[in-house]
Amino acid sequence: MKKIVIVGGGTGGTILANNLARRLTAELKAQKVSITLLSASDKHMYQPGLLYVAFGRMSSQELYQDQVSLLEPGIIFHVDPVTAFDMDNNQVLSESGSKYDYDHLVICTGSRPNPESVPGLAEHANHVYTVEAAEKTFRSLQQFEGGRVMIVTGVPHKCPMVPLELTFMMHDYFKDRGILDKVELYYTYPIGRLHSLENVGKWAQGEFDKMGVQYETLFNVKEVDGDHHQVHSEEGSVIDYDLLITIPPHSGMPVILENALGAGGWIPTNPATLQMEGRDNVFVLGDTTNIPISKAGSTAHYEAEALGENLAALVRQGTMVRTYEGKVFCFIEAGKDRATYASFDYKHPPQPQPPTQMMHWFKLAYNKLYWNSVRGLL
Amino acid sequence: MELIAALKLAEVGDELEVLSTDKGSANDIPEWINKVGHQLLECREEDGVHYIRVRKTR
Repeated sequence: MKKIVIVGGGTGGTILANNLARRLTAELKAQKVSITLLSASDKHMYQPGLLYVAFGRMSSQELYQDQVSLLEPGIIFHVDPVTAFDMDNNQVLSESGSKYDYDHLVICTGSRPNPESVPGLAEHANHVYTVEAAEKTFRSLQQFEGGRVMIVTGVPHKCPMVPLELTFMMHDYFKDRGILDKVELYYTYPIGRLHSLENVGKWAQGEFDKMGVQYETLFNVKEVDGDHHQVHSEEGSVIDYDLLITIPPHSGMPVILENALGAGGWIPTNPATLQMEGRDNVFVLGDTTNIPISKAGSTAHYEAEALGENLAALVRQGTMVRTYEGKVFCFIEAGKDRATYASFDYKHPPQPQPPTQMMHWFKLAYNKLYWNSVRGLL
Repeated sequence: MELIAALKLAEVGDELEVLSTDKGSANDIPEWINKVGHQLLECREEDGVHYIRVRKTR
């Protein structure tokens, strides 16, 4: 029997497990293959919903479903976080003390917000990367009566559209509250344009200019001086703020660091095959890779589909059949009731179109359809 | 962006090389390196690929 072990029950791991279970139904029944999914939680969170929690438009309860309810029959699922990888012996060890042997291993443990890595950031800035933080951000926005709202973005971070989406949505939120004339939105970005994707940056600049959003590029947050309400940048800038919003820097998960699988918790990964460098039977998905591509659910989704096809082919034919071309599709909320999208791959940059209400509705629909997507039905 | 992330993980004295097909990055990186005080060792283009080599100094 060929054993496939997937470590991580987020978007990538769940889609992959379901994709494989559908492709290998006959092999599962004949016990020629097993698919084991190991996760740190019995719940699955729809992480993009946190953005809406920060504006009071989704409740945190709507973000969760039971992980087991999302899985195809035949998948072996354990809430049993992996603590050690013994790749020379094709084994992982877990918190419960169990050992799981594998023929093919997939690591998709994700990333975590790490505002603590910047002095003062965790204490003084709001963000939307945990339920607690998103709910706190909503309270801060509700209580805000005017002044400068500063947006600072750490590197690397998850979901590349969030800095823009937060800014656009705050613009409309304050407009609806009738205090936009008392608010200055001050957007900063680490590189020399408004977004890492050049065309998205150009598009955003036009939108910001229309909305009156101020911006400063080449701004990497060095520290936050909460006593004086100031942010200091690595480049020497000092900006006063009244409300500080951050897209915090992210790190890989501790288990990746503790096992020395990659600097920063990012595992060196072949961008086409998704194999871990130096390990033919170990694959990496989603945020966990060191591939210079968006850390986003969509990335994990498309990677999981490519890998599902390849792992099924490896089980059946002993060879991989395709490569991952870098496909990503991201919605971009451009306010409270309009949106656009960025669709791109390694070779083809996105061409964002003017925002429409229709695209916003698609996004709202996707917020519900995600549960079908993660089951592998969409 | 990748260079910024990599520099955060590097040790002082380490050399890093960025290979980029993005013209914007080729302009921005030297400007940024100057601003934050790292050392630009090389910046060249070959067949549409920009090779930018940097030493972390602090």
